[in-house]
Amino acid sequence: MKLWKLIGILACGSGLLACSSQPAPSLYQQLGGESGIAAITDGLLHHIEHDPLIVDHFRDTDIPRFRDLLAEQLCDLSGGPCVYSGATMEESHTGLNLTTRDFDRLVNHLISVMQQEGISYAAQNQLLALLAPMYPEVVRR
Amino acid sequence: MRMLLLLLLLISCSTLANSRVIATGGATSIEGSAGGGIVPWAVINGYNSNDEWSANAFISRVSVDDFTLNTSGVGLSLDNRWEFSYARQQFKLDTIGGQLRQDILGVKYRLTGDLLYTAMPQLSVGAQYKRHLDFDLPAAVGARSRDGIDLYLAASKVWLDAIAGRNVLLNATVRATKANQTGLLGFGSDNSNSYQLMLESSAAILLTHQLAVGVEFKQKPNQLAFADEQHWRDIFVAWFINRNLSVTAAYTDLGSIAGLSSQQGWYLSLEGTW
Repeated sequence: MKLWKLIGILACGSGLLACSSQPAPSLYQQLGGESGIAAITDGLLHHIEHDPLIVDHFRDTDIPRFRDLLAEQLCDLSGGPCVYSGATMEESHTGLNLTTRDFDRLVNHLISVMQQEGISYAAQNQLLALLAPMYPEVVRR
Repeated sequence: MRMLLLLLLLISCSTLANSRVIATGGATSIEGSAGGGIVPWAVINGYNSNDEWSANAFISRVSVDDFTLNTSGVGLSLDNRWEFSYARQQFKLDTIGGQLRQDILGVKYRLTGDLLYTAMPQLSVGAQYKRHLDFDLPAAVGARSRDGIDLYLAASKVWLDAIAGRNVLLNATVRATKANQTGLLGFGSDNSNSYQLMLESSAAILLTHQLAVGVEFKQKPNQLAFADEQHWRDIFVAWFINRNLSVTAAYTDLGSIAGLSSQQGWYLSLEGTW
């Protein structure tokens, strides 16, 4: 990482890049704040609704509540002004018998939605890096 | 035949589908196994997840100073667990004259781990049965056997958001082999018929969801007395146009082959996945 900082400093110093002394925007800001995360959440729900391979897992889900909790969790994870108030990932996925395929499909839907919303590739990867470790808490529970 | 029936049975329980994230099947190596261009990785070809299967086909060409390697092959993958492959290599001796061909049957099994999701790297074991079709020349320069089996253990992992917001893949493969020039010059020698352990590695960075650049290194034995064999390396760019089509280009250095030194040139591969 030091190398990248050095390159950054050199690039700034030589006027190659427009640089400011402002701190880098948080992931929450890069995702578009409250409205951006609402759009991502709604987009994801839309994708799930149209995916016959995973929609059945949401048969007994209270969708409005799920939507609010998911948005809250994304806000919390990305450093926004929220505290996730839902159940732990283990608790909320136990008994669903989700497979790796379900997880893969959800990740693909999330990537598609973030692409549609114009989220930068770096911000997409930051969010995916926060979500990927949840895999063992979600699958085969 | 029993294997074929087992395959058909497995396929009948699965669906042809592509649930995995794009680029997670890697490219297809010149030996037909999913990986980079010259190194088999722990990844399973295609985008099949559990209860899914996929098929792939590829053609590739390596064109260096005095040789051309044309490879084509097909593969079948199941459950992001099993990978079966067949490749035919045609190695044209542009300067010396003539050609050397070999067939490669490959199988790979993912032991554990997930490339993207688990802290532990994805680990796979694989075998490649290689059979030479023009063995007269390798025999004349001291190769002992017409066919051989390579065995390998591969570990692959992607670190998300690793460098400047980009994802980084590292792979390490340990291969037990008797092959001379990956089998193109046969297996074993007059003096040696024992397996040797070789280390192969790759590093890549994904610049976008669909574009990766990287480097590869392949350690090789040096058994035949008639000419030195050297390690291989390349620098590559892979473009995953969509889940059905990818193109890989590389600049490669294959060292000395059959006494002709410093063999460098281009590698190009086109792959279809369903």
